[in-house]
Amino acid sequence: MNEVVSILIVGVGGQGTLLASKLLGRILLDEGYDVKVSELHGMSQRGGSVATYVKYGKKVYSPVIDEGEADYIVSFEMLEAARWAHCLKPGGLIISNTQQIDPMPVTTGAAEYPAGLAETLASSGIRIDAFDALTPAVEAGSAKAVNILLMGRLARYLGIGREKWIEAIKLSVPPKFTEMNLKAFETGFGMN
Amino acid sequence: MKRLMLGNEAVARGLYEAGVRLVSSYPGTPSTEITEFAAKYGEILCEWAPNEKVALEAAYGASLAGFRSACAMKHVGLNVAADPLFTLSYTGVTGGLVIFVADDPAMHSSQNEQDSRNYAIAAKLPMVEPSDSSEARDMVKYAFELSERYDTPVLFRICTRIAHSQSVVEEGERTVPDRIPYVKQPRKYIMMPAYAKAKHPTVEERTEKLAELAETTPLNRIEGNSSELGIITSGTCYQYVKEVFGESVKVLKIGMQNPLPSRLILDFASSVKRLAVVEELDGIIERHCRTLGLSPDGRNILPPVGEYSQRTVASALGVTSPSGAAFPGSDALPGRPPVMCSGCPHRGLFYVLSKLKLTVLGDIGCYTLGAQQPLNALDSVLCMGASVSGIHGFNRADPESAKHTVAVIGDSTFMHSGMTGLCNIVYNASASTVIILDNSITGMTGHQQNPTTGYNIKGDPAAKINLEELCRSLGVERVRVVDPYDLNACEAAVKEELTYDCPSVIISRRPCVLLKYVKTAPPLKIDRDACRSCRRCMKLGCPSISIKEGKARIDGTLCTGCEVCTQLCPFGAIGRD
Ligand SMILES: Cc1ncc(C[n+]2csc(CCOP(=O)(O)OP(=O)(O)O)c2C)c(N)n1
Repeated sequence: MNEVVSILIVGVGGQGTLLASKLLGRILLDEGYDVKVSELHGMSQRGGSVATYVKYGKKVYSPVIDEGEADYIVSFEMLEAARWAHCLKPGGLIISNTQQIDPMPVTTGAAEYPAGLAETLASSGIRIDAFDALTPAVEAGSAKAVNILLMGRLARYLGIGREKWIEAIKLSVPPKFTEMNLKAFETGFGMN
Repeated sequence: MKRLMLGNEAVARGLYEAGVRLVSSYPGTPSTEITEFAAKYGEILCEWAPNEKVALEAAYGASLAGFRSACAMKHVGLNVAADPLFTLSYTGVTGGLVIFVADDPAMHSSQNEQDSRNYAIAAKLPMVEPSDSSEARDMVKYAFELSERYDTPVLFRICTRIAHSQSVVEEGERTVPDRIPYVKQPRKYIMMPAYAKAKHPTVEERTEKLAELAETTPLNRIEGNSSELGIITSGTCYQYVKEVFGESVKVLKIGMQNPLPSRLILDFASSVKRLAVVEELDGIIERHCRTLGLSPDGRNILPPVGEYSQRTVASALGVTSPSGAAFPGSDALPGRPPVMCSGCPHRGLFYVLSKLKLTVLGDIGCYTLGAQQPLNALDSVLCMGASVSGIHGFNRADPESAKHTVAVIGDSTFMHSGMTGLCNIVYNASASTVIILDNSITGMTGHQQNPTTGYNIKGDPAAKINLEELCRSLGVERVRVVDPYDLNACEAAVKEELTYDCPSVIISRRPCVLLKYVKTAPPLKIDRDACRSCRRCMKLGCPSISIKEGKARIDGTLCTGCEVCTQLCPFGAIGRD
């Protein structure tokens, strides 16, 4: 069978999910895999919910990840992890930033931000690695580094050499942000 | 070199490698990046035209001059460019001419879900469609050869999932074909009745020749050798079919969408026990199969709406798909719709329109988000330009309505198709009030320059059309400019213009807050002691403002300090330290 690994990257428009998927795509291509990365532009940029699909293997056909198909879900925000959890494959893993960004219905008071999402997901038998990525990203230099920090966390599971990531980060981010991003990556990679 | 490229980037690479000289386009998701990536190649002349009709006609001009040229647009853009399209089918081309049209199944960022293949059939033009980035690049070159060999413009269809998915592309070299010298050919290029009558039969003959080509072109290919299930498919759907079935079914992949092959399909059908067609949107291949006397599965098992995935295809064809994780409360999660940005200049103006309870004929752009809660400011959105043309009919039919109705339209949209509507208001005399929301950029599609911004697609300084002068020269006597951050000024302007018995234009001017050159002010703060929880500030729908523990709170990381909320607060609770 054609083994394809599916990684769903989700978050809120403006959080830098696209850069993360670009970085990941570049590394996987260098590793010799066939790769597809699918993103949606347009309306989703205006603070809406965003999802990027990254798939790799010997041969990848569909660029889309549907229900029950993701080996990994990397979520930049807690509510988005829950929103996309149905895409997780049985036995798959959710890596999620516990940061909460209120969506408009919560901001206006029309809805409430659900409490204890990480716990609800875990107690439903979903494997989840949830942690605060925002604080260490800010310590590394900027909230913008959340994306690379989460990639660092993902790197621990994917089994692609650390040096490869570091090389790719250097090529993917503007030089003046390299140091900050490398620090964020190492933090994500090293965190327990 | 092997690289991951978006479908749109691969198309641009194809344009480069095919030696294209001019690309003229109007932005529209999901087609925009074709032209943006093409503009990165210094060898290609790239331009944003004011609309798709102008873009196509400019590309046609370059073809007439003997150069390869192209033009890209979203599906609804082809409606705007349809007039030149249909007659270009008669004239044919000199240099190759390829028209890229991006369909948006599921309407990720569109107002309808039309299937552009219908245009290829109606205008009798060949149409090709790739199913990944690498094919897209190759097919661009093929399309130009087709265009020149068969003396026809070629339509190149691409869907959102191809346009916005990256896959592997091996870059090739650019080869520029020799320019075909311009010669005057009245019978080919002057489409008056006498010459057009002579041309129409050649279009029909060309279609026959292209139909013959469809039987043998490498763009249509058969894969697999099962004799049970045979699937005819194309574009993104091809990938879904392969994902579900791999090599276990026989597939006829259609790369040339118009004209469709007949013998190839009949032979394919006779080689399998069960035949199915998997295509998104309209059942065009299926209909063709029926005219050939076949009865495939198609619309009986698959919907004509929305975007498919491997799951849709699997369940339609009886293959079980995995089920995903479930947890309590998953169906009650609050949604996260796109919102007008913090500091968006459109907000202040919309607040005023909403407060005055006006009827607002809207248009397409970021400002369409003004239709949402809590602003609720729009009454209608149809297509680009329809606000200005529509308000005229509305007010002409019921002159009373002119006192409480306005049209709102963005700067790019006004240049696209609002100007002609304004001519109509002046000429046929309605006392309509048109508000141009001038944020100095084409915002919705991701910041493209337009004729009012003073820059071209490369970011170089360009002629800048002055909207006030333009409106005055069209015969509007009452033209004024307001700052949408100044609520009182906006309200006064709108109220006053509505009282006049003549056409008025209000230009609500302030650049998009996301533009690099825009300096934002320090964030605002709420004095919790002064806040009396009246929620007035919540009426703006600003993502920076929320209610926390009963009182308003401003998120300092989002706030751009526009001070629109400050003007609303009756208790002076909003300010800076
Ligand atoms: C015929 C057509 N072409 C293109 C589009 C895509 N499109 C939607 S809105 C828009 C332009 C919006 O720019 P502007 O009017 O300046 O408003 P802004 O988004 O900046 O507020 C475009 C190009 C479309 N919907 N219809």
